[in-house]
Amino acid sequence: MANFTKATGIKDWLNQRLAIEKVEKVIASEYWIPKNINFLWAMGMILVFTFKMLLISGIFLMMYYQPSVEQAFDSVNYTIMREVDFGWLWRHVHAVASSVTFLIMYIHMFTGIYYGSYKKGREMIWISGMLLFITFSAAAFSGYMLPWGQMSYWAGMVITNIFSLGGLHMDGLVEWIRGDYVPAQAFLTRFYMLHVLLLPLAIIGLMGLHFAALRIPHVNNQDGEEIDFDAEAKKYLDGDKKGSKVMRFANDFLSKDMMVLGIFLIFFFYLVFFNYGFALDPVNMDKADGLITPKHIYPEWYFLWSYEILRPFSTNVGLIAFGFAQVIYLFLPWLDRSSNAVAASRRGKFKIWFWVLLIDMIVLTAMGKLPPEGIFSTIGLVAALVFIALWIILPFITMNEKKV
Amino acid sequence: MKNKEPLILVVVVAFSLLVYLLVETYAHSVMHKHVDSQNFEYKDLPPVTKTGDIRNGKVLVTGAGACIGCHSIESEGIAANIDVVSAAAIYGVNPPDLSDVGVLYETKFLANLIKNPTHALNVEHKFDTSKGQMHPMVAFYGAGGDIDQEVADMVAYLKSIAISIDDLTPKMAYENACGRCHSMAYESWTEIGQTPKFKNKINELAYEIKTLKYQDSLKAYMGKLPPDLSMYYRSRSESFLSTFVEDPQSHLKGTAMPRVGVTAEVFDKLYEHMADSADTKRAERDAIGKNVMIYIIIFAIFAFLWKKQVWRDLK
Repeated sequence: MANFTKATGIKDWLNQRLAIEKVEKVIASEYWIPKNINFLWAMGMILVFTFKMLLISGIFLMMYYQPSVEQAFDSVNYTIMREVDFGWLWRHVHAVASSVTFLIMYIHMFTGIYYGSYKKGREMIWISGMLLFITFSAAAFSGYMLPWGQMSYWAGMVITNIFSLGGLHMDGLVEWIRGDYVPAQAFLTRFYMLHVLLLPLAIIGLMGLHFAALRIPHVNNQDGEEIDFDAEAKKYLDGDKKGSKVMRFANDFLSKDMMVLGIFLIFFFYLVFFNYGFALDPVNMDKADGLITPKHIYPEWYFLWSYEILRPFSTNVGLIAFGFAQVIYLFLPWLDRSSNAVAASRRGKFKIWFWVLLIDMIVLTAMGKLPPEGIFSTIGLVAALVFIALWIILPFITMNEKKV
Repeated sequence: MKNKEPLILVVVVAFSLLVYLLVETYAHSVMHKHVDSQNFEYKDLPPVTKTGDIRNGKVLVTGAGACIGCHSIESEGIAANIDVVSAAAIYGVNPPDLSDVGVLYETKFLANLIKNPTHALNVEHKFDTSKGQMHPMVAFYGAGGDIDQEVADMVAYLKSIAISIDDLTPKMAYENACGRCHSMAYESWTEIGQTPKFKNKINELAYEIKTLKYQDSLKAYMGKLPPDLSMYYRSRSESFLSTFVEDPQSHLKGTAMPRVGVTAEVFDKLYEHMADSADTKRAERDAIGKNVMIYIIIFAIFAFLWKKQVWRDLK
């Protein structure tokens, strides 16, 4: 049993019981961050912010939302949007934050790929990040069902139907997921549960893992420099703040995080108040109707690239390609055979690989939304093949990469 | 080392913007049929060339066996002969009250409507007289004189009794031009009118039965129950709605919905009423939006200054 003495004050009292000073050092003042990093390293903090916005706005929305097929649509579009004070604000914040979360997540991911921040002990950061991406995707999809509009219903129909397609033919599984032959009450209630409880819990847990994974290998830096964190930290603490290659997380890096957040918030609230349409699809403003299929069914923009990998092929090939696209990013740390954890600009062929991948993802995204006709389906097919080819050749082009 | 951040920012913004333009602007322009607006001019309809005589128009409109055989003119004290449910059972839809048609509809549309309803309403595909498909509104065959003069007189009369455009509220415009076929649940509007508050269940159910009966007639007449328009301001674009109202066939070939015939000014009012239903808080949103932007910009400036201060010791 520890030895407790009469506390000299509140801080001391807490210190004896919770070691708050030590905790503060570990998570803030002596959590060392390299100085040579740019604003892309603040994306994690922005994601923390957008998640917080989703959580807070979600709590308010949950107070009035009714998870029933009879009332869901009106509880959102009438009760929340018209009756409840500032209900419209929470809804628009929630919708825009979910879309923007994906934008920032993609930027965050591609920053990681560009700077090679998934190797040399950082594999768990990458994996936990990808798991977060997957759980966020599930949360976004389940949330999209809740307003029970036309796109909710038909996206739910099409996506759950995937398991019954082609050689899979798992009709039993589709029924099991839906709890019915078509998306109906059982379907809505279980997606509601997933969206407001299970998935947020999983996300919070994974966020803990993602942060913890960062502690030992530390964050990467833009020059790929190997820093002796202990020595540099000592230099800093001894007073040579300018000469040290590292800085405190708080307040040093935090001040930069806040600056980037400030700029991000201008963009974010501009979208919330003046340009929210992209995050609230007009088709979903029609009540779900199982007898009217919308002319175009498409997922939200952040799923379009993987949707387009499913679409241009015959059913079975499409399913395999789709499955491949869902998991392949997870294996990046092992498919990249080079030990260079530096910016792609210094990595020869990998540099080309990176930019082709990025552009290919954008092409896939655009084609995923456009109707699959004529030239669009051809471009979509080529882009999907390029995507698969890129991942197959990755080990070969990185195998003999020169050490930098 | 030189600062690469501005370049990185440009790259990030450019790619994000590219995705936005492709997925939103470009994809939607491909997916949605583009229909050019005709500014509610109804160019296919011949114009009214005669100057109408209001007094003669009144005789023609309100005379025995004329318009008021089916239409009410409540502002002139001429009530409907039968209730809405019976009217719908006979005609398919309740014939409109004529009090304000003079302000709601384009002059030449009204004139053409009187002379040749199926053509003006653009529903000739549905009412082919050679196949015995009669439109419930009988065309005006003339009262013995110059038919064009008589039509001009009737239009002049209808315009003279209508309220002024400034007094026409968005709600009135909607109720007259759309409301007999389209409910607007979020504004408590059904096809038979504003739903009253009921003190007892019997009256409430009786009203509901009336509505359902009316809807049954409407369904039989139109082929399906016309959609509720509560959310149309958000589910359809303005250009879609205006060109659709102008000529439903331009978007939905073969639809039973007639051309409405409203003026451009009246369409703006209809659109405003739809906004009042689907985007009630738009004024509040704009006002709060501006204040939030000011607040956030001040926050960003302080964050920037704080960063500068902290980093002064680091570099």
